[in-house]
Amino acid sequence: MSKTLFDKIWEKHVITGEVGEAQLIYVDLHLIHEVTSPQPFEGLRSSHRGLRRPDLTFATMDHNVPTKDIFNVQDQMSRLQMATLEKNTKEFGVPLASIGDDKQGIVHVVGPERGLTQPAKVIVCGDSHTATHGAFGAIAFGIGTSEVEHVMATQTIWQVKPKTMGIKIIGQLPKNIYAKDIIMGIIAKHGVSFGTGYAIEFYGEVIEQLSMASRMTICNMSIEAGSKTGMVRPDQVTFDYIKGREFAPKHFEEAKVYWQEFYTDDESAFDKQIVFDVTNLKPMVTWGTNPGMTTPVDQVLPEISNDNDRVAYDYIGLKPGIKVRDVPLDYIFIGSCTNSRYEDLEIAANIMKGHHLADNITAWIVPGSRAIRNKSIKTGIAKIFEDAGCEWREPGCSACLAMNPDKIPSGKHVASTSNRNFVGRQGAGSRTHLASPAMVAAAGIAGHFIDITVETLD
Amino acid sequence: MEAFIKQTGRAVVIPNDSINTDIILPKQFLKNILKTGFGKHLFYDWRYQDDGSLNTEFELNKLEHAGASILITGNNFGSGSSREHAVWALTDYGFRAVIGGSFSDIFYMNATKNGLLPIVLSEEERTILRQIRADESVTIDLPEQVVHFRQYHFHFDINQQWKEKFISGEDDIDVTMKYEDQITIFEHNRPNFG
Ligand code: SF4
Repeated sequence: MSKTLFDKIWEKHVITGEVGEAQLIYVDLHLIHEVTSPQPFEGLRSSHRGLRRPDLTFATMDHNVPTKDIFNVQDQMSRLQMATLEKNTKEFGVPLASIGDDKQGIVHVVGPERGLTQPAKVIVCGDSHTATHGAFGAIAFGIGTSEVEHVMATQTIWQVKPKTMGIKIIGQLPKNIYAKDIIMGIIAKHGVSFGTGYAIEFYGEVIEQLSMASRMTICNMSIEAGSKTGMVRPDQVTFDYIKGREFAPKHFEEAKVYWQEFYTDDESAFDKQIVFDVTNLKPMVTWGTNPGMTTPVDQVLPEISNDNDRVAYDYIGLKPGIKVRDVPLDYIFIGSCTNSRYEDLEIAANIMKGHHLADNITAWIVPGSRAIRNKSIKTGIAKIFEDAGCEWREPGCSACLAMNPDKIPSGKHVASTSNRNFVGRQGAGSRTHLASPAMVAAAGIAGHFIDITVETLD
Repeated sequence: MEAFIKQTGRAVVIPNDSINTDIILPKQFLKNILKTGFGKHLFYDWRYQDDGSLNTEFELNKLEHAGASILITGNNFGSGSSREHAVWALTDYGFRAVIGGSFSDIFYMNATKNGLLPIVLSEEERTILRQIRADESVTIDLPEQVVHFRQYHFHFDINQQWKEKFISGEDDIDVTMKYEDQITIFEHNRPNFG
């Protein structure tokens, strides 16, 4: 019987249990951060349990980090959470990339960057955007806090095997259309819950030609389609990315041979299949309060078709029929685990080069990790942002979820490269419009969204 | 974890679809390093006015619903962030079960870890349940997998293992440690490329 990429990795990790029931799965990599780890560590202590594999566990700080003045954590609770992680990782022997550390950054950015994320692994983290790591051909998914404690104690997790869905991306990717537009286009078409209960694999020629950064952007937003796992078959692009990184396998060639065993035999192995053609895709922008409320930039905001739409329009302060370019913008935010990798920043910088932000725009550029920040300073793209009038920040989650001082003020509209446009997500009352880094950068210069596939900045 | 066998309780209806975990428990409450005390912040933005006073229009705040232990809601409940704090807020408030059209996968799993029973019923069944008055109750019989309301009996599905876990109230880690030898053998045989 033919098998999917997901099936093959899954089978290699089952310790006990039958398909259809909960199975005990071995975890190869457990990533932790300050927000969802205090209770599990406390649980271990109170039940006198140890952490089974500190060598397969890695911690970083990201959600609470102030990106303007990183060492000056004003919020007492944030400070407590970070101090708690510091204390816990020391006590249990877990390596930590602390604030200011060269290896610190958003958990889903630093895992791949350090070479920890590898094909055929099972990777978990107490964070819903863990699917990002699936871009390497790994089974990667977010887990809850009790599960974090379970993984800490046992290095395993109970899971019922999900069904599999293949999303084949076909066509010719138009100029200035990016991975972000692809995944937003898919969610716009199929809704925010079509992936529930499925592990998604993205495949096809378009995917094969994408860089690791772009594949990560797509897998990252699988959760916005309701799926906790998004993955891409590992190939030469994957191997080239990993090679030479800090935690890349020492016996690299052997690892590569092993990794090459993992691919979907044929499409009939998927429980469900979707085909998505990118040939006529336009830059996508969200108008509402979930990532499915998305419209191509050259169209007007849609009619109200149900109560959810009505409530969303009320919150966002817009009306059906408005052109996307007429959405008033106040801020732009380039950052988050969806789009804060070097490649994303480079694309945005290329657009901003030689221009200055429009008068109505405040811009925050937040690299996903210290390594990306350092590289950007070295190559000069940080300077491009600064010359354009943007604030160039320290690495962290920042305004993606505004759990730190980076909050978009109430009532303000922000063009954002992050992944969620939920009510209050980027600050109480904030109004988010998700888009690709190129679109957000161009909006910063123009002062409003423009169609970067046909317009240029003067 | 508190065992769940048969529960009779009053229910409150919040019928919206796609109630995400940001709505259930907004992020400003995630900074706590404990597991308790989240109940007072459940549905924070809906429950309280901007000035911090109670929003008396909101179902949960209506006096006649005080003490309700079953939440009846819409589709795609618990989507968004993986925060288990959302489940802790529901249980800390006093909910023992949530009846919805569908649940996000992560929320569902989190609920099973904390004795909060997620039950999927059809739209027609939930339409009937939504008629519930404040003085009526619902009985959930987990061994039989039935929700009893008035003259109605709605069957629901649940994975056999989750069901046993709810009924026994057993700690997951203890269950897993019964397999410790197998885990150790697995660990020895894992591919390792240095
Ligand atoms: S950047 Fe945003 S989505 Fe990503 S881990 Fe941080 S808060 Fe979560």
